[in-house]
Amino acid sequence: MKYLRLIWVNLARKKIRTALTVGSFAVALFLFGLLIAIRGAMNHGEEAARADRLVVINRASITRMLPISHNERLARIPGVKAVVHATWFGGVYKDERNSFPQYAVDPEGLRAVYPDYLVPEAQWSEFIRDRQGCIAGEVTARRFGWKVGDRIAIKGSYMTGVFEFNLRAIYTGARSDVDTTHFWFNYAYLAERYKGRVGWYVVRLADPGDAERVITTIDEEFANSAWETKTQTEGEFGNYFAKQLGDIELLVLAIGSVVFSTLLLVSGNTMAIALRERTGEIAVLKAVGFRDGQVLRLVLAESLVMAAAGGAVGIVAAKAACASLSGLFPGMVLYLPSGELAVGMVFALGIGLLGAGFPAHAAMRLRVADALGRV
Amino acid sequence: MVNANGAPNGKCLIRARNLDKSYQRGGEQLHVLQGLSLDVDRGGFLAFMGPSGSGKTTLLNLLGGLDVPTSGSISVAGDEITAMGRSQLTAWRARHVGFVFQMYNLIPVLTAYQNVELPLLLTSLGRSGRREHVETALELVGLPDRMNHYPRQLSGGQEQRVAIARAIVADPTLLLCDEPTGDLDRRSADEVMQLLGRLVDEHGKTILMVTHDPRAAERARTTLHLEKGTLVEAGRRAA
Amino acid sequence: MAIPFVYSLRSVRQRYASGAVAVLGIAGAVGVFVAMLALARGFSSTLTASASDANAIVLRAGATSEIYSSLSLEQVRIIQDAPGIARGKDGPLVSAEVVELATFSLKKRGTDANLQVRGVSARTLEVREHVRVARGRFFRPGLAELVVGSSVAKNYAGLDIGDTVKFGGGTWQVVGILDAGGSVFDSELWCDATVLNQVYKRPENLFESLTVRLRSPADLQKLRDTLTSDPRLTVTVERERDYYEKTSGTLTALLRTLGLLVAAVMGIGAVLAALNTMYSAVAARSREVATLRALGFGAASVVICFVFEALLIAASGGFLGCAAALPINGYTTEVMNWATVSHVAFAFRVTPGLIGAGIAFALVMGLLGGVPPALRAARRPVATALREL
Repeated sequence: MKYLRLIWVNLARKKIRTALTVGSFAVALFLFGLLIAIRGAMNHGEEAARADRLVVINRASITRMLPISHNERLARIPGVKAVVHATWFGGVYKDERNSFPQYAVDPEGLRAVYPDYLVPEAQWSEFIRDRQGCIAGEVTARRFGWKVGDRIAIKGSYMTGVFEFNLRAIYTGARSDVDTTHFWFNYAYLAERYKGRVGWYVVRLADPGDAERVITTIDEEFANSAWETKTQTEGEFGNYFAKQLGDIELLVLAIGSVVFSTLLLVSGNTMAIALRERTGEIAVLKAVGFRDGQVLRLVLAESLVMAAAGGAVGIVAAKAACASLSGLFPGMVLYLPSGELAVGMVFALGIGLLGAGFPAHAAMRLRVADALGRV
Repeated sequence: MVNANGAPNGKCLIRARNLDKSYQRGGEQLHVLQGLSLDVDRGGFLAFMGPSGSGKTTLLNLLGGLDVPTSGSISVAGDEITAMGRSQLTAWRARHVGFVFQMYNLIPVLTAYQNVELPLLLTSLGRSGRREHVETALELVGLPDRMNHYPRQLSGGQEQRVAIARAIVADPTLLLCDEPTGDLDRRSADEVMQLLGRLVDEHGKTILMVTHDPRAAERARTTLHLEKGTLVEAGRRAA
Repeated sequence: MAIPFVYSLRSVRQRYASGAVAVLGIAGAVGVFVAMLALARGFSSTLTASASDANAIVLRAGATSEIYSSLSLEQVRIIQDAPGIARGKDGPLVSAEVVELATFSLKKRGTDANLQVRGVSARTLEVREHVRVARGRFFRPGLAELVVGSSVAKNYAGLDIGDTVKFGGGTWQVVGILDAGGSVFDSELWCDATVLNQVYKRPENLFESLTVRLRSPADLQKLRDTLTSDPRLTVTVERERDYYEKTSGTLTALLRTLGLLVAAVMGIGAVLAALNTMYSAVAARSREVATLRALGFGAASVVICFVFEALLIAASGGFLGCAAALPINGYTTEVMNWATVSHVAFAFRVTPGLIGAGIAFALVMGLLGGVPPALRAARRPVATALREL
């Protein structure tokens, strides 16, 4: 476009105004990205769930434990490909504020049930060889500055004493929405303290379509025993925790939407004010022979450049913020799905067009002489 | 050097010496005033004329303390204003100078009364003292009944008269007018010039005026012509 | 004397369209700020309202929460005779307690939510003086009877006096409604600790916590010293208030962080809006400013004048934002307390302090948005600005 230079000159001339406009679009998109991420984190259990996994908990409550002997019986149930048991540890690392989820697990089972956690082969073999070995997710490892080989002391909460672990591996997620805040260690290390009890089981199905039958089979297997179970798909299970937040999620999203629209309004207005101040200039362009359409296109192109630049800055900032905020709270995985980001960007561009369109249109309709005199 | 009135030096109010004013524009040095010297006596009524860019307004701004010369000195009533700092200059303006502009420059959101009162806010006058001064000034310009009008409710000539009231309300040492009739029709312009003349004749004010309008310049006692930053000739009229 | 305030006031009014957006932006930021902090404050004050300075809670050493703790009957007997514990006419004022979770159906949404079922000693109402039976009667020891917190009765289906509920393998009769003064106990169901252990097939004579009434709040240290130096015990003693403050910590921190984060981002947006409004005001009025300067008003007066305008806009935004957030005061909502995995009902609390903080936040935004344009206005050379049309 041959007017590219003209657009650029205009943007560079009123630097403060351009910066304010770009900035307010950036802030709007940043917030939008953040809200998308928060909503994603709250529904994370559901979205990251895989259809081929079931969670088996004590029928009475998630806080009651199950005997380790269930492991073998679950593995024998037809349709079950692999089983892992996990037990909540809930210890305190240095300070109570440093909370992150910690579980005692059965290493082999973990690997068979969760292919979405990636651990380098060499580190994995180090981990299973060491009774005191542990694995941390990359987000948690980064948060505390841990490196493979570090010795980590964690104070027990419902188990008295301080326990030492050797960090043998750091895992990453196979996808961006995988929770990498967990901390796992070998159940064998504390088996005596757990007295043959585990927190819950996760079962991997051979065929996801088989879920309903396997759920019934499992719960019937343990019915009328001292240890009745409740089996759910991973999605239902994760969803349960999300639903517990209930109104809070709604509130945050409601507030967020109000704020986002206010910010867009602000951006559009910034643009409109800037343009209204330039009515005289537009008249001059028309006076020297630019046609209405050309001037309109010029002004709109300028606004789109600003909206797009601001939006891009906001999205990049939101990505950076998500990366650094991830893991601040247990179970919160912040990631930005590109589909939703595109929607945000479309909003920004739309507002850019509207913000510029109205005053530009008004300027078009002014007679040159009036506009020149109006300044 | 030009002595504008040729009057004895004891009456000299403004003494400007070797004024230079230049701006950097692009890579070029722009000399607006070059070695200009001028004496103005108390009670004088001076008009500066000259083509655009001759430095008239710049000279007026320098004499009014709105701008500082690149070199040279100005003293007004014994005060060396070219030696003053910014804030001193601001305070000096408030006490000694009244300005009248081509576009009147009334504050649109304030009434005529409030506009005229503005300079008095910088004095130690109390509310009733200010009221008295404002009323006197508005009476002098013939607009006592327009006190509570906003500028947009006044005609151009009335606006300029309010502006003159504002310029004289604090009884300044000198009055500087930049094209006071430039935006007015002929009748209003005559009224304004008549008013300025009366201020000099009856109230002993000193007025310096920049104008393009020969009819306005006629009213002045003295007309000075500027060209390319220097005074070229002193067109003198009998006082 | 400075430039008259009426000038600023009327100038703001004249350019109300551009000011309105800045007001809206600031109102938005303040509204979010107040609403989110009211949420966090409501939650933490509900939990701390449960606590009394004169009460202490004894847990197994190392346990951060009741659900991680356990105390045997022998330990309870040792503890209740320790010095510093108040005594009523029937003996020491202590309540050995067990907590369990049970799932109930919310009236409003029809979904299930966990509630804490607390097995308590018969003397618990003497220990917890701010809890009383509002309707019906207290449970009879040894029977599967329940007294439920007032918000439980209100928000959950089938939990009013006379109702029968099944959970934990037993059938329970609701006999009374508790009024716990808006504290966390209003979101709990109470029953006899011994019965709870039996129904849930838990080991007998095993408790999770012991809440004791101190003779005076100052006796805590004495009690702690005695208990922690006793070789038969491995326990921690905490003031009840500290305990509940800690259990509310994670969620309060989450809500507060979330709220401050969103408010801060919104605040940046609002500051940009204010900057924009003020810069355009300065640009549009540069000749007016030059005139004032020519009349002898100093640079400082000009700065004050524009900053005052920005503060005026900010204050209107602040009041608007607070007014918008005010109706949520007292609005009750439920949330899961992660420390106990159970639901707690609590009310938003918009306090005068919070309103004050909101207004202060608005004024800070006004300052940030007003000072740079004001400085620019004061810095412009008068002679050049006068010539601009």
